[in-house]
Amino acid sequence: MGFEVLFKGTNMLRLLGGLGAAMKISLISIAISISLGIILGMLMSMKKPVINAISRIYLEIVRIMPQMVLLFIVFFGFTKAMGLNLSAETSSIIVFSFWGTAEMSDLVRSCLISIPPIQYESSAALGLSKLQTYVYVIIPQIGRRLIPLSINLITRMIKTTSLVMMIGIVEVLKVGQQIIEANRKSSPNAAFGVFATVFLLYFLVCWPISTFSRYLEKKWAN
Amino acid sequence: MDTSIISSYLPLFAEAFILTVKIGWIGIGLSLLLGITDAFILYFRIPILSGIVKAYVELFRNTPLLVQLFFLYYGLPAVGIRISAEVCGAIGLGLLGGSYMTESIRSGLEAVPAIQTESSFALGMNRIQAFVLVIVPQAFSISVPAIIANIIFLLKETSVFSAISLMDLMFTAKDLIGLYYNTTESLFLLVIFYILMLLPVSLAGSYIEKRARFKMFGD
Repeated sequence: MGFEVLFKGTNMLRLLGGLGAAMKISLISIAISISLGIILGMLMSMKKPVINAISRIYLEIVRIMPQMVLLFIVFFGFTKAMGLNLSAETSSIIVFSFWGTAEMSDLVRSCLISIPPIQYESSAALGLSKLQTYVYVIIPQIGRRLIPLSINLITRMIKTTSLVMMIGIVEVLKVGQQIIEANRKSSPNAAFGVFATVFLLYFLVCWPISTFSRYLEKKWAN
Repeated sequence: MDTSIISSYLPLFAEAFILTVKIGWIGIGLSLLLGITDAFILYFRIPILSGIVKAYVELFRNTPLLVQLFFLYYGLPAVGIRISAEVCGAIGLGLLGGSYMTESIRSGLEAVPAIQTESSFALGMNRIQAFVLVIVPQAFSISVPAIIANIIFLLKETSVFSAISLMDLMFTAKDLIGLYYNTTESLFLLVIFYILMLLPVSLAGSYIEKRARFKMFGD
């Protein structure tokens, strides 16, 4: 079936290394997206017309454009238009952060506006300052809705980073292809084993995370 | 940006556009079929089948389309199953979408309160009548926003088809950039055609969402 190729030499380790390369890009993008997304989401919930108009356009671009197209625009277009020579890693981090920030800010905004205004008013009536209101009243409430949703976003970002292979980053699919090419003679049906393993590896990374997010969502439902 | 280059590229992109849209919508059709069937299986708790459906949904929701397509297109021929790139794209999209659609439709069905079924029985309906006439219409209006979001997601996912050498929009753009270095023009056309593909769906989606919400009973 082609699974034996994986036990030859360091093939399995190389495959895992490829997965690591993709994970590195997704982890950096996740960190950037979550921090920028929280800030942008808070700005959007303030209902300032200028911020709203800009963020609507931004969110609509991200909603309509496939990440692959954004990746091409940054990787090929920026180099041509501005003479910037971005590496494939840098451009993919830029694109995934651009996309993730939009998704994250939308989550933060929808959680923030779901808090009824009476919560703010009651806090003010109790003499809490603005900072105290956020720290003691608002953040604990939105956290319970936001954390499961953002964990879910993390799995989506991990899955999306598989696209970086298309701009030439050597990640798990590319390593898989290399292993298949190198063993074309000795095991002609290596493709099945290798790609089934890659499939399973992604599942093993994403499944625990999404199960955890569903568990938190249920636990904090009320 | 050179307009003469754009007009000479236009037919190539139009051809790729038609192919992408065609395979995309066939895939979406498959995913709806699969999603509806699977959601019904889960809703009625059909013994062995619902276990299989659950495993399938978890497996395909937690892996990227690119990896699924690689497995279908490069992996399966190694064990003797050979499918063309077009069919593979549609099947891959259908399988990925099916898992998302199952979840959306199932949660819609489960959101309809049990009292609706009980009341239908009290009115003398049988199981099938209660399900078809009472539960499904309500569940549908609850599921619509999620289904539309899935359709937009799936149309965006068509951009990875170029990985299995399907001559789609991405493939055409990458090819032309590689051949003639007219990066700006190619990327411009790429963006225009993706807007053409997704903006109507996005707009129609918000319209249908409003209509479906209007049809909801209760609140």
